[in-house]
Amino acid sequence: MVERNPLLRVLSHAVLILGVFLVAFPLYVTFVASTQTASEILQAPMSMWPGSHLIENYTAALKGTGMGAASNAPVGRMMMVSLITALVIAIGKIAISLLSAFAIVYFRFPFRMFFFWAIFVTLMLPVEVRIGPTYAVVASLGLLNTYAGLTVPLIASATATFLFRQFFLTVPDELVEAARMDGAGPMRFFKDVLLPLSTTSIAALFVIQFIYGWNQYLWPLLVTTEESMYPVVIGIKRMISGGDAATDWNIVMATAVLAMIPPALVVMLMQRWFVKGLVDTEK
Amino acid sequence: MASEKRVVFRSTWLPWVLLAPQVAVIAVFFFWPAAQALLQSFQQSDAFGLSTEWVGLQNFANLLDDPTYLASFKITAVFSVLVASLGIGISLLLAVFADRVVKATLIYRTLLIWPYAVAPAVAGVLWLFMFAPSIGIVSHALRGLGFEWNHLLDSDHAMALIVIAAVWKQISYNFLFFLAGLQSIPKSLIEAAAIDGARPWRRFWTIQFPLLSPTTFFLFVINVVYAFFDTFAIVDAATEGGPGRDTAILVYKVYYDGFKALDLGGSAAQSVVLMVIVIVLTIIQFRFVEKKVQY
Repeated sequence: MVERNPLLRVLSHAVLILGVFLVAFPLYVTFVASTQTASEILQAPMSMWPGSHLIENYTAALKGTGMGAASNAPVGRMMMVSLITALVIAIGKIAISLLSAFAIVYFRFPFRMFFFWAIFVTLMLPVEVRIGPTYAVVASLGLLNTYAGLTVPLIASATATFLFRQFFLTVPDELVEAARMDGAGPMRFFKDVLLPLSTTSIAALFVIQFIYGWNQYLWPLLVTTEESMYPVVIGIKRMISGGDAATDWNIVMATAVLAMIPPALVVMLMQRWFVKGLVDTEK
Repeated sequence: MASEKRVVFRSTWLPWVLLAPQVAVIAVFFFWPAAQALLQSFQQSDAFGLSTEWVGLQNFANLLDDPTYLASFKITAVFSVLVASLGIGISLLLAVFADRVVKATLIYRTLLIWPYAVAPAVAGVLWLFMFAPSIGIVSHALRGLGFEWNHLLDSDHAMALIVIAAVWKQISYNFLFFLAGLQSIPKSLIEAAAIDGARPWRRFWTIQFPLLSPTTFFLFVINVVYAFFDTFAIVDAATEGGPGRDTAILVYKVYYDGFKALDLGGSAAQSVVLMVIVIVLTIIQFRFVEKKVQY
Protein backbone atom coordinates (compact mmCIF):
# COMPACT_ATOMS: atom_id res chain seq x y z
CA MET A 1 0.00 0.00 0.00
CA VAL A 2 0.85 3.60 -0.40
CA GLU A 3 1.49 4.67 3.17
CA ARG A 4 2.44 2.88 6.33
CA ASN A 5 -0.24 3.23 8.89
CA PRO A 6 -0.03 0.57 11.58
CA LEU A 7 -3.50 1.37 12.89
CA LEU A 8 -5.05 0.86 9.47
CA ARG A 9 -3.15 -2.38 9.01
CA VAL A 10 -4.45 -3.74 12.27
CA LEU A 11 -7.94 -2.67 11.29
CA SER A 12 -7.63 -4.36 7.88
CA HIS A 13 -6.62 -7.65 9.39
CA ALA A 14 -9.26 -7.39 12.08
CA VAL A 15 -12.04 -6.85 9.51
CA LEU A 16 -10.77 -9.67 7.32
CA ILE A 17 -10.41 -12.08 10.20
CA LEU A 18 -13.94 -11.26 11.29
CA GLY A 19 -15.08 -11.92 7.71
CA VAL A 20 -13.28 -15.25 7.58
CA PHE A 21 -14.79 -16.14 10.95
CA LEU A 22 -18.33 -15.39 9.71
CA VAL A 23 -17.73 -17.42 6.57
CA ALA A 24 -16.13 -20.32 8.38
CA PHE A 25 -18.30 -20.51 11.50
CA PRO A 26 -21.24 -22.40 9.92
CA LEU A 27 -18.82 -24.83 8.32
CA TYR A 28 -17.10 -25.43 11.66
CA VAL A 29 -20.41 -25.97 13.47
CA THR A 30 -21.39 -28.46 10.78
CA PHE A 31 -18.18 -30.37 11.18
CA VAL A 32 -18.44 -30.44 14.97
CA ALA A 33 -22.04 -31.60 14.83
CA SER A 34 -21.05 -34.38 12.46
CA THR A 35 -18.73 -35.82 15.13
CA GLN A 36 -21.24 -36.00 17.96
CA THR A 37 -24.13 -38.28 18.77
CA ALA A 38 -27.69 -37.19 18.02
CA SER A 39 -28.47 -36.80 21.72
CA GLU A 40 -25.36 -34.72 22.36
CA ILE A 41 -26.56 -32.26 19.73
CA LEU A 42 -30.00 -32.08 21.30
CA GLN A 43 -28.57 -30.82 24.59
CA ALA A 44 -28.74 -27.16 23.74
CA PRO A 45 -26.22 -25.75 23.47
CA MET A 46 -24.18 -28.44 21.84
CA SER A 47 -20.48 -28.58 22.62
CA MET A 48 -18.21 -26.53 20.36
CA TRP A 49 -15.49 -29.20 20.46
CA PRO A 50 -15.41 -32.13 18.07
CA GLY A 51 -16.88 -35.29 19.59
CA SER A 52 -15.61 -38.82 19.23
CA HIS A 53 -18.16 -40.23 16.79
CA LEU A 54 -16.72 -39.06 13.53
CA ILE A 55 -16.14 -42.45 11.96
CA GLU A 56 -19.40 -44.04 13.00
CA ASN A 57 -21.49 -41.05 11.85
CA TYR A 58 -19.86 -40.95 8.45
CA THR A 59 -20.16 -44.71 8.02
CA ALA A 60 -23.83 -44.55 9.01
CA ALA A 61 -24.42 -41.74 6.53
CA LEU A 62 -22.58 -43.42 3.66
CA LYS A 63 -24.26 -46.77 4.19
CA GLY A 64 -27.68 -45.37 5.07
CA THR A 65 -27.93 -47.06 8.45
CA GLY A 66 -29.02 -43.93 10.34
CA MET A 67 -32.07 -44.08 12.58
CA GLY A 68 -33.69 -40.78 11.60
CA ALA A 69 -37.45 -40.52 11.32
CA ALA A 70 -37.30 -39.30 7.71
CA SER A 71 -35.29 -40.68 4.78
CA ASN A 72 -32.24 -42.85 5.52
CA ALA A 73 -31.06 -43.51 1.99
CA PRO A 74 -27.37 -44.38 1.66
CA VAL A 75 -25.32 -41.27 0.94
CA GLY A 76 -22.62 -43.25 -0.86
CA ARG A 77 -25.04 -43.96 -3.67
CA MET A 78 -26.21 -40.30 -3.74
CA MET A 79 -22.64 -39.06 -4.00
CA MET A 80 -22.23 -41.30 -7.02
CA VAL A 81 -25.40 -39.88 -8.62
CA SER A 82 -24.22 -36.32 -7.92
CA LEU A 83 -20.77 -37.02 -9.30
CA ILE A 84 -22.08 -38.54 -12.53
CA THR A 85 -24.62 -35.73 -12.95
CA ALA A 86 -22.07 -32.99 -12.34
CA LEU A 87 -19.51 -34.55 -14.67
CA VAL A 88 -22.00 -35.14 -17.48
CA ILE A 89 -23.33 -31.58 -17.19
CA ALA A 90 -19.86 -30.01 -17.07
CA ILE A 91 -18.32 -32.08 -19.85
CA GLY A 92 -21.47 -32.09 -21.98
CA LYS A 93 -21.84 -28.31 -21.76
CA ILE A 94 -18.23 -27.73 -22.67
CA ALA A 95 -18.37 -30.18 -25.58
CA ILE A 96 -21.53 -28.89 -27.25
CA SER A 97 -20.57 -25.27 -26.64
CA LEU A 98 -17.11 -25.74 -28.14
CA LEU A 99 -18.64 -27.28 -31.26
CA SER A 100 -21.34 -24.67 -31.72
CA ALA A 101 -18.96 -21.77 -31.06
CA PHE A 102 -16.57 -23.25 -33.61
CA ALA A 103 -19.37 -23.47 -36.18
CA ILE A 104 -20.51 -19.90 -35.55
CA VAL A 105 -17.06 -18.33 -35.66
CA TYR A 106 -15.32 -20.33 -38.37
CA PHE A 107 -18.06 -20.95 -40.95
CA ARG A 108 -20.46 -18.88 -42.99
CA PHE A 109 -23.84 -20.45 -43.51
CA PRO A 110 -27.47 -19.38 -43.82
CA PHE A 111 -29.21 -18.41 -40.55
CA ARG A 112 -25.88 -18.21 -38.74
CA MET A 113 -26.88 -15.15 -36.73
CA PHE A 114 -30.32 -16.60 -36.14
CA PHE A 115 -28.77 -19.59 -34.38
CA PHE A 116 -26.42 -17.32 -32.51
CA TRP A 117 -29.31 -15.34 -31.12
CA ALA A 118 -31.36 -18.48 -30.47
CA ILE A 119 -28.56 -19.71 -28.23
CA PHE A 120 -28.23 -16.26 -26.72
CA VAL A 121 -31.84 -15.95 -25.59
CA THR A 122 -31.65 -19.19 -23.62
CA LEU A 123 -29.84 -17.01 -21.08
CA MET A 124 -33.25 -15.58 -20.39
CA LEU A 125 -34.92 -18.92 -19.75
CA PRO A 126 -33.42 -20.35 -16.55
CA VAL A 127 -34.86 -23.69 -15.56
CA GLU A 128 -36.76 -22.04 -12.71
CA VAL A 129 -39.11 -20.18 -15.05
CA ARG A 130 -40.01 -23.14 -17.24
CA ILE A 131 -40.14 -25.99 -14.73
CA GLY A 132 -43.69 -27.11 -15.46
CA PRO A 133 -43.53 -27.58 -19.25
CA THR A 134 -39.91 -28.84 -19.19
CA TYR A 135 -40.98 -31.43 -16.67
CA ALA A 136 -43.83 -32.43 -19.00
CA VAL A 137 -41.40 -32.81 -21.92
CA VAL A 138 -39.00 -34.93 -19.87
CA ALA A 139 -41.84 -37.05 -18.54
CA SER A 140 -43.29 -37.66 -21.99
CA LEU A 141 -39.86 -38.74 -23.24
CA GLY A 142 -39.78 -41.28 -20.40
CA LEU A 143 -36.70 -39.69 -18.86
CA LEU A 144 -37.86 -39.35 -15.24
CA ASN A 145 -35.43 -40.99 -12.81
CA THR A 146 -32.72 -41.31 -15.44
CA TYR A 147 -29.35 -39.64 -15.79
CA ALA A 148 -30.43 -38.29 -19.17
CA GLY A 149 -33.42 -36.58 -17.52
CA LEU A 150 -31.22 -35.17 -14.77
CA THR A 151 -28.57 -33.76 -17.09
CA VAL A 152 -29.61 -33.09 -20.68
CA PRO A 153 -32.14 -30.30 -19.97
CA LEU A 154 -29.41 -28.43 -18.07
CA ILE A 155 -26.70 -28.98 -20.63
CA ALA A 156 -27.32 -26.16 -23.08
CA SER A 157 -25.39 -23.13 -22.00
CA ALA A 158 -25.32 -19.75 -23.63
CA THR A 159 -22.56 -18.66 -21.25
CA ALA A 160 -20.12 -21.33 -22.36
CA THR A 161 -20.89 -20.76 -26.05
CA PHE A 162 -20.21 -17.06 -25.57
CA LEU A 163 -16.99 -17.55 -23.71
CA PHE A 164 -15.65 -19.83 -26.44
CA ARG A 165 -16.87 -17.52 -29.18
CA GLN A 166 -15.10 -14.57 -27.55
CA PHE A 167 -11.99 -16.61 -27.19
CA PHE A 168 -12.00 -17.96 -30.76
CA LEU A 169 -12.34 -14.42 -32.08
CA THR A 170 -9.02 -13.54 -30.45
CA VAL A 171 -7.20 -16.44 -32.12
CA PRO A 172 -5.05 -14.98 -34.95
CA ASP A 173 -6.32 -15.60 -38.48
CA GLU A 174 -2.80 -16.53 -39.52
CA LEU A 175 -3.21 -19.81 -37.69
CA VAL A 176 -6.13 -20.75 -39.93
CA GLU A 177 -4.20 -19.73 -43.02
CA ALA A 178 -1.18 -21.72 -41.93
CA ALA A 179 -3.32 -24.74 -41.18
CA ARG A 180 -5.00 -24.51 -44.57
CA MET A 181 -1.66 -24.11 -46.28
CA ASP A 182 -0.54 -27.32 -44.62
CA GLY A 183 -3.66 -29.01 -45.92
CA ALA A 184 -5.44 -29.39 -42.57
CA GLY A 185 -9.23 -29.57 -42.72
CA PRO A 186 -11.52 -27.75 -40.26
CA MET A 187 -11.78 -30.64 -37.79
CA ARG A 188 -8.04 -31.15 -37.83
CA PHE A 189 -7.60 -27.44 -37.11
CA PHE A 190 -10.17 -27.66 -34.32
CA LYS A 191 -8.48 -30.64 -32.69
CA ASP A 192 -4.83 -29.69 -33.11
CA VAL A 193 -4.92 -25.90 -32.86
CA LEU A 194 -8.07 -24.59 -31.20
CA LEU A 195 -8.48 -27.19 -28.46
CA PRO A 196 -4.93 -26.90 -27.13
CA LEU A 197 -5.26 -23.10 -27.14
CA SER A 198 -8.53 -23.28 -25.21
CA THR A 199 -7.38 -25.41 -22.28
CA THR A 200 -7.43 -22.54 -19.78
CA SER A 201 -10.97 -21.53 -20.68
CA ILE A 202 -12.03 -25.16 -20.61
CA ALA A 203 -10.53 -25.66 -17.15
CA ALA A 204 -12.22 -22.54 -15.82
CA LEU A 205 -15.58 -23.51 -17.27
CA PHE A 206 -15.22 -27.01 -15.93
CA VAL A 207 -14.96 -25.72 -12.37
CA ILE A 208 -17.95 -23.42 -12.72
CA GLN A 209 -20.12 -25.99 -14.46
CA PHE A 210 -19.13 -28.83 -12.14
CA ILE A 211 -20.28 -26.77 -9.17
CA TYR A 212 -23.42 -25.74 -11.04
CA GLY A 213 -24.21 -29.40 -11.75
CA TRP A 214 -23.37 -30.65 -8.29
CA ASN A 215 -25.46 -27.96 -6.59
CA GLN A 216 -28.62 -28.33 -8.70
CA TYR A 217 -31.68 -28.62 -6.51
CA LEU A 218 -34.99 -27.67 -8.07
CA TRP A 219 -34.59 -29.73 -11.22
CA PRO A 220 -33.55 -33.03 -9.52
CA LEU A 221 -36.32 -32.43 -6.99
CA LEU A 222 -38.82 -32.70 -9.85
CA VAL A 223 -37.37 -35.45 -12.03
CA THR A 224 -36.23 -37.88 -9.35
CA THR A 225 -38.82 -39.76 -7.35
CA GLU A 226 -36.78 -42.85 -6.54
CA GLU A 227 -34.29 -42.82 -3.69
CA SER A 228 -31.72 -44.52 -5.89
CA MET A 229 -31.60 -41.47 -8.18
CA TYR A 230 -31.42 -38.72 -5.54
CA PRO A 231 -28.39 -36.47 -5.79
CA VAL A 232 -26.90 -35.82 -2.37
CA VAL A 233 -28.20 -32.23 -2.21
CA ILE A 234 -31.77 -33.55 -2.39
CA GLY A 235 -30.95 -36.39 -0.02
CA ILE A 236 -29.98 -33.99 2.77
CA LYS A 237 -33.25 -32.15 2.56
CA ARG A 238 -35.21 -35.41 2.72
CA MET A 239 -33.41 -36.43 5.91
CA ILE A 240 -34.86 -33.53 7.81
CA SER A 241 -38.23 -34.21 9.29
CA GLY A 242 -40.56 -31.80 11.02
CA GLY A 243 -39.36 -31.70 14.61
CA ASP A 244 -35.83 -30.95 15.76
CA ALA A 245 -35.76 -34.05 17.94
CA ALA A 246 -36.91 -36.44 15.21
CA THR A 247 -34.03 -35.50 12.91
CA ASP A 248 -30.70 -37.27 13.19
CA TRP A 249 -28.73 -34.05 13.02
CA ASN A 250 -25.38 -35.76 13.37
CA ILE A 251 -26.03 -37.84 10.25
CA VAL A 252 -27.49 -34.86 8.40
CA MET A 253 -24.39 -32.81 9.20
CA ALA A 254 -22.07 -35.65 8.19
CA THR A 255 -23.93 -35.79 4.88
CA ALA A 256 -23.63 -32.01 4.53
CA VAL A 257 -19.87 -32.25 4.99
CA LEU A 258 -19.70 -35.06 2.43
CA ALA A 259 -21.81 -33.04 0.00
CA MET A 260 -19.47 -30.05 0.33
CA ILE A 261 -16.19 -31.89 -0.13
CA PRO A 262 -16.17 -32.57 -3.91
CA PRO A 263 -17.12 -29.05 -5.09
CA ALA A 264 -14.87 -27.48 -2.45
CA LEU A 265 -11.97 -29.62 -3.60
CA VAL A 266 -12.56 -28.64 -7.21
CA VAL A 267 -12.63 -24.93 -6.27
CA MET A 268 -9.53 -25.15 -4.09
CA LEU A 269 -7.42 -27.23 -6.45
CA MET A 270 -8.35 -25.21 -9.51
CA GLN A 271 -8.59 -21.82 -7.79
CA ARG A 272 -6.39 -20.03 -10.30
CA TRP A 273 -8.48 -20.99 -13.34
CA PHE A 274 -11.70 -20.73 -11.46
CA VAL A 275 -11.16 -17.10 -10.42
CA LYS A 276 -10.00 -16.12 -13.88
CA GLY A 277 -12.82 -18.03 -15.53
CA LEU A 278 -15.49 -16.60 -13.27
CA VAL A 279 -14.43 -13.02 -13.78
CA ASP A 280 -14.04 -13.54 -17.56
CA THR A 281 -17.22 -15.52 -18.13
CA GLU A 282 -19.51 -12.98 -16.60
CA LYS A 283 -18.00 -9.96 -18.23
CA MET B 1 -11.93 -6.85 -31.22
CA ALA B 2 -13.34 -8.00 -34.51
CA SER B 3 -16.69 -9.68 -34.25
CA GLU B 4 -16.22 -11.60 -37.51
CA LYS B 5 -13.43 -13.78 -38.80
CA ARG B 6 -11.71 -12.70 -41.98
CA VAL B 7 -10.61 -16.22 -42.84
CA VAL B 8 -13.16 -19.01 -42.63
CA PHE B 9 -13.55 -22.63 -43.60
CA ARG B 10 -15.84 -23.69 -46.39
CA SER B 11 -18.30 -26.53 -45.97
CA THR B 12 -21.98 -26.83 -46.69
CA TRP B 13 -22.78 -29.50 -44.14
CA LEU B 14 -20.16 -29.40 -41.37
CA PRO B 15 -21.41 -26.28 -39.52
CA TRP B 16 -24.88 -27.81 -39.30
CA VAL B 17 -23.51 -31.01 -37.82
CA LEU B 18 -21.48 -29.01 -35.29
CA LEU B 19 -24.47 -26.95 -34.27
CA ALA B 20 -26.89 -29.86 -34.13
CA PRO B 21 -26.38 -31.00 -30.51
CA GLN B 22 -26.70 -27.52 -29.03
CA VAL B 23 -29.69 -26.64 -31.20
CA ALA B 24 -31.43 -29.94 -30.45
CA VAL B 25 -31.09 -29.40 -26.70
CA ILE B 26 -32.29 -25.82 -26.73
CA ALA B 27 -35.19 -26.63 -29.07
CA VAL B 28 -36.47 -29.54 -27.01
CA PHE B 29 -35.75 -28.28 -23.50
CA PHE B 30 -35.85 -24.49 -23.84
CA PHE B 31 -38.01 -23.25 -26.67
CA TRP B 32 -40.65 -25.94 -26.71
CA PRO B 33 -41.27 -25.70 -22.94
CA ALA B 34 -41.17 -21.91 -23.01
CA ALA B 35 -43.76 -21.92 -25.80
CA GLN B 36 -45.84 -24.39 -23.79
CA ALA B 37 -45.67 -22.13 -20.75
CA LEU B 38 -46.82 -19.25 -22.88
CA LEU B 39 -49.67 -21.31 -24.31
CA GLN B 40 -50.74 -22.73 -20.96
CA SER B 41 -50.81 -19.30 -19.43
CA PHE B 42 -53.78 -18.54 -21.70
CA GLN B 43 -55.57 -21.78 -20.85
CA GLN B 44 -57.44 -23.20 -17.92
CA SER B 45 -57.53 -26.94 -17.27
CA ASP B 46 -59.60 -28.85 -14.75
CA ALA B 47 -58.00 -30.64 -11.84
CA PHE B 48 -57.67 -33.96 -13.68
CA GLY B 49 -56.24 -32.48 -16.87
CA LEU B 50 -59.14 -33.89 -18.87
CA SER B 51 -60.20 -30.71 -20.54
CA THR B 52 -58.58 -27.41 -21.31
CA GLU B 53 -60.21 -24.26 -22.45
CA TRP B 54 -58.93 -21.02 -23.82
CA VAL B 55 -59.36 -18.27 -21.28
CA GLY B 56 -57.32 -15.43 -22.74
CA LEU B 57 -55.81 -13.19 -20.14
CA GLN B 58 -57.93 -14.64 -17.35
CA ASN B 59 -54.98 -16.31 -15.62
CA PHE B 60 -53.07 -13.06 -15.52
CA ALA B 61 -56.11 -11.20 -14.27
CA ASN B 62 -56.50 -13.83 -11.55
CA LEU B 63 -52.88 -13.33 -10.55
CA LEU B 64 -53.37 -9.61 -10.18
CA ASP B 65 -56.44 -10.23 -8.05
CA ASP B 66 -54.69 -12.81 -5.93
CA PRO B 67 -53.49 -11.21 -2.70
CA THR B 68 -51.07 -14.09 -2.04
CA TYR B 69 -49.40 -13.47 -5.41
CA LEU B 70 -49.03 -9.77 -4.77
CA ALA B 71 -47.70 -10.62 -1.32
CA SER B 72 -45.21 -12.99 -2.90
CA PHE B 73 -44.08 -10.18 -5.21
CA LYS B 74 -43.51 -7.95 -2.24
CA ILE B 75 -41.66 -10.68 -0.37
CA THR B 76 -39.40 -11.27 -3.37
CA ALA B 77 -38.71 -7.56 -3.74
CA VAL B 78 -37.79 -7.15 -0.07
CA PHE B 79 -35.74 -10.33 -0.14
CA SER B 80 -33.77 -9.49 -3.28
CA VAL B 81 -33.03 -5.90 -2.25
CA LEU B 82 -31.82 -7.09 1.16
CA VAL B 83 -29.71 -9.87 -0.33
CA ALA B 84 -28.19 -7.64 -3.00
CA SER B 85 -27.40 -4.66 -0.78
CA LEU B 86 -26.11 -6.64 2.21
CA GLY B 87 -24.13 -9.01 0.02
CA ILE B 88 -22.56 -6.18 -1.97
CA GLY B 89 -21.85 -4.04 1.09
CA ILE B 90 -20.15 -6.78 3.08
CA SER B 91 -18.09 -8.10 0.17
CA LEU B 92 -17.00 -4.63 -0.90
CA LEU B 93 -15.79 -3.97 2.63
CA LEU B 94 -13.87 -7.23 2.71
CA ALA B 95 -12.43 -6.72 -0.77
CA VAL B 96 -11.21 -3.20 0.01
CA PHE B 97 -9.36 -4.44 3.08
CA ALA B 98 -8.10 -7.57 1.32
CA ASP B 99 -6.69 -5.33 -1.40
CA ARG B 100 -4.78 -3.34 1.25
CA VAL B 101 -3.02 -6.25 2.93
CA VAL B 102 -0.85 -6.90 -0.12
CA LYS B 103 1.03 -9.96 1.03
CA ALA B 104 -1.89 -11.73 2.64
CA THR B 105 -4.48 -11.05 -0.10
CA LEU B 106 -4.21 -14.54 -1.56
CA ILE B 107 -4.53 -16.21 1.82
CA TYR B 108 -7.70 -14.29 2.63
CA ARG B 109 -9.09 -14.95 -0.83
CA THR B 110 -8.57 -18.67 -0.38
CA LEU B 111 -10.29 -18.56 3.00
CA LEU B 112 -13.20 -16.50 1.72
CA ILE B 113 -14.16 -18.39 -1.44
CA TRP B 114 -15.42 -21.53 0.29
CA PRO B 115 -19.12 -20.71 0.35
CA TYR B 116 -19.16 -20.51 -3.44
CA ALA B 117 -18.74 -24.28 -3.52
CA VAL B 118 -21.55 -24.92 -1.03
CA ALA B 119 -24.88 -25.88 -2.58
CA PRO B 120 -27.70 -23.43 -1.78
CA ALA B 121 -29.72 -26.27 -0.27
CA VAL B 122 -26.82 -27.22 1.98
CA ALA B 123 -26.36 -23.57 2.96
CA GLY B 124 -30.05 -23.48 3.89
CA VAL B 125 -29.67 -26.61 6.02
CA LEU B 126 -26.55 -25.27 7.80
CA TRP B 127 -28.18 -22.03 8.79
CA LEU B 128 -31.42 -23.78 9.68
CA PHE B 129 -29.42 -26.00 12.02
CA MET B 130 -27.72 -23.04 13.69
CA PHE B 131 -30.97 -21.15 14.07
CA ALA B 132 -33.21 -24.09 14.99
CA PRO B 133 -35.38 -22.69 17.80
CA SER B 134 -34.78 -25.44 20.36
CA ILE B 135 -31.31 -26.79 19.55
CA GLY B 136 -29.58 -24.18 17.39
CA ILE B 137 -26.36 -22.70 18.69
CA VAL B 138 -27.18 -19.17 17.53
CA SER B 139 -30.77 -19.23 18.74
CA HIS B 140 -29.45 -20.43 22.09
CA ALA B 141 -27.00 -17.53 22.24
CA LEU B 142 -29.78 -15.11 21.29
CA ARG B 143 -31.95 -16.48 24.06
CA GLY B 144 -29.07 -15.82 26.43
CA LEU B 145 -29.24 -12.20 25.32
CA GLY B 146 -32.96 -12.17 26.03
CA PHE B 147 -34.06 -12.47 22.40
CA GLU B 148 -36.57 -15.20 21.66
CA TRP B 149 -35.78 -16.50 18.14
CA ASN B 150 -38.38 -18.57 16.37
CA HIS B 151 -38.50 -18.49 12.61
CA LEU B 152 -41.24 -21.10 12.58
CA LEU B 153 -43.66 -18.59 14.09
CA ASP B 154 -42.28 -15.16 13.31
CA SER B 155 -42.11 -14.27 9.63
CA ASP B 156 -39.54 -11.52 10.16
CA HIS B 157 -37.24 -14.09 11.71
CA ALA B 158 -37.85 -16.46 8.82
CA MET B 159 -37.03 -13.70 6.33
CA ALA B 160 -33.87 -12.85 8.27
CA LEU B 161 -32.85 -16.50 8.18
CA ILE B 162 -33.12 -16.89 4.40
CA VAL B 163 -31.46 -13.50 3.84
CA ILE B 164 -28.51 -14.50 6.03
CA ALA B 165 -28.13 -17.87 4.30
CA ALA B 166 -28.42 -16.31 0.83
CA VAL B 167 -25.96 -13.50 1.59
CA TRP B 168 -23.48 -15.89 3.18
CA LYS B 169 -23.56 -18.05 0.07
CA GLN B 170 -23.06 -15.11 -2.28
CA ILE B 171 -20.30 -13.19 -0.43
CA SER B 172 -17.45 -15.09 -2.08
CA TYR B 173 -18.77 -14.45 -5.56
CA ASN B 174 -19.13 -10.69 -5.01
CA PHE B 175 -15.82 -10.59 -3.19
CA LEU B 176 -13.94 -12.12 -6.13
CA PHE B 177 -15.36 -9.56 -8.54
CA PHE B 178 -14.64 -6.59 -6.28
CA LEU B 179 -11.13 -7.81 -5.62
CA ALA B 180 -10.45 -8.27 -9.35
CA GLY B 181 -11.91 -4.79 -9.97
CA LEU B 182 -9.78 -3.17 -7.25
CA GLN B 183 -6.65 -4.88 -8.46
CA SER B 184 -7.18 -3.59 -11.98
CA ILE B 185 -7.17 0.05 -10.81
CA PRO B 186 -3.74 1.48 -11.73
CA LYS B 187 -1.60 1.91 -8.63
CA SER B 188 -0.33 5.22 -10.03
CA LEU B 189 -3.78 6.79 -9.58
CA ILE B 190 -3.83 5.88 -5.90
CA GLU B 191 -0.26 7.05 -5.42
CA ALA B 192 -0.89 10.35 -7.15
CA ALA B 193 -3.87 10.98 -4.89
CA ALA B 194 -1.79 10.04 -1.86
CA ILE B 195 0.91 12.53 -2.86
CA ASP B 196 -1.77 15.18 -3.17
CA GLY B 197 -2.61 14.41 0.43
CA ALA B 198 -5.75 12.30 0.05
CA ARG B 199 -6.23 9.98 3.02
CA PRO B 200 -7.33 6.34 2.47
CA TRP B 201 -10.96 7.12 3.27
CA ARG B 202 -11.04 9.98 0.78
CA ARG B 203 -9.19 7.93 -1.85
CA PHE B 204 -11.76 5.20 -1.54
CA TRP B 205 -14.70 7.53 -2.15
CA THR B 206 -13.10 9.65 -4.88
CA ILE B 207 -11.12 7.02 -6.82
CA GLN B 208 -11.81 3.41 -6.00
CA PHE B 209 -15.54 3.54 -5.49
CA PRO B 210 -16.30 5.50 -8.69
CA LEU B 211 -14.00 3.25 -10.71
CA LEU B 212 -15.75 0.22 -9.28
CA SER B 213 -19.19 1.45 -10.28
CA PRO B 214 -19.48 -0.82 -13.34
CA THR B 215 -18.60 -3.82 -11.16
CA THR B 216 -21.02 -2.72 -8.46
CA PHE B 217 -23.82 -2.25 -10.92
CA PHE B 218 -23.12 -5.55 -12.62
CA LEU B 219 -23.09 -7.30 -9.26
CA PHE B 220 -26.32 -5.64 -8.23
CA VAL B 221 -28.11 -7.09 -11.26
CA ILE B 222 -26.45 -10.49 -10.80
CA ASN B 223 -27.42 -10.53 -7.12
CA VAL B 224 -31.01 -9.64 -7.88
CA VAL B 225 -31.14 -12.45 -10.45
CA TYR B 226 -29.57 -14.74 -7.86
CA ALA B 227 -32.10 -13.75 -5.21
CA PHE B 228 -34.97 -14.24 -7.64
CA PHE B 229 -34.00 -17.58 -9.13
CA ASP B 230 -31.13 -19.35 -7.42
CA THR B 231 -32.40 -19.13 -3.88
CA PHE B 232 -35.24 -21.58 -4.32
CA ALA B 233 -33.16 -24.28 -2.64
CA ILE B 234 -32.32 -22.04 0.32
CA VAL B 235 -35.97 -21.20 0.88
CA ASP B 236 -37.12 -24.79 0.46
CA ALA B 237 -34.46 -26.13 2.82
CA ALA B 238 -34.66 -23.42 5.49
CA THR B 239 -38.30 -22.37 5.73
CA GLU B 240 -40.34 -24.17 3.03
CA GLY B 241 -41.91 -20.80 2.33
CA GLY B 242 -43.28 -20.56 5.87
CA PRO B 243 -44.50 -19.52 8.30
CA GLY B 244 -47.70 -19.53 6.32
CA ARG B 245 -46.57 -18.24 2.94
CA ASP B 246 -44.47 -15.43 4.36
CA THR B 247 -41.18 -16.41 2.74
CA ALA B 248 -42.63 -17.89 -0.46
CA ILE B 249 -40.66 -16.02 -3.11
CA LEU B 250 -42.01 -16.01 -6.69
CA VAL B 251 -40.08 -19.07 -7.88
CA TYR B 252 -41.20 -20.97 -4.81
CA LYS B 253 -44.79 -20.06 -5.60
CA VAL B 254 -44.47 -21.25 -9.22
CA TYR B 255 -43.20 -24.56 -7.91
CA TYR B 256 -45.80 -24.82 -5.20
CA ASP B 257 -48.79 -23.86 -7.34
CA GLY B 258 -47.69 -25.99 -10.28
CA PHE B 259 -46.52 -29.13 -8.52
CA LYS B 260 -48.27 -29.14 -5.15
CA ALA B 261 -51.53 -27.31 -5.85
CA LEU B 262 -51.63 -28.45 -9.53
CA ASP B 263 -52.89 -25.15 -10.83
CA LEU B 264 -51.21 -25.43 -14.24
CA GLY B 265 -52.65 -22.33 -15.85
CA GLY B 266 -51.89 -20.14 -12.86
CA SER B 267 -48.40 -21.56 -12.52
CA ALA B 268 -47.73 -21.05 -16.24
CA ALA B 269 -48.93 -17.45 -16.03
CA GLN B 270 -46.51 -16.93 -13.14
CA SER B 271 -43.73 -18.48 -15.23
CA VAL B 272 -44.45 -16.03 -18.02
CA VAL B 273 -44.29 -13.11 -15.59
CA LEU B 274 -40.94 -14.45 -14.34
CA MET B 275 -39.67 -14.76 -17.90
CA VAL B 276 -40.51 -11.13 -18.52
CA ILE B 277 -38.60 -10.20 -15.36
CA VAL B 278 -35.52 -12.17 -16.46
CA ILE B 279 -35.65 -10.62 -19.92
CA VAL B 280 -35.84 -7.12 -18.45
CA LEU B 281 -32.97 -7.84 -16.04
CA THR B 282 -30.82 -9.31 -18.82
CA ILE B 283 -31.43 -6.33 -21.07
CA ILE B 284 -30.60 -3.90 -18.26
CA GLN B 285 -27.44 -5.83 -17.55
CA PHE B 286 -26.26 -5.86 -21.15
CA ARG B 287 -27.15 -2.27 -21.94
CA PHE B 288 -25.53 -0.79 -18.87
CA VAL B 289 -22.64 -3.12 -18.38
CA GLU B 290 -21.66 -2.71 -22.02
CA LYS B 291 -21.76 1.05 -21.65
CA LYS B 292 -19.62 0.81 -18.52
CA VAL B 293 -21.26 3.25 -16.16
CA GLN B 294 -18.42 5.23 -14.69
CA TYR B 295 -16.63 8.57 -14.29
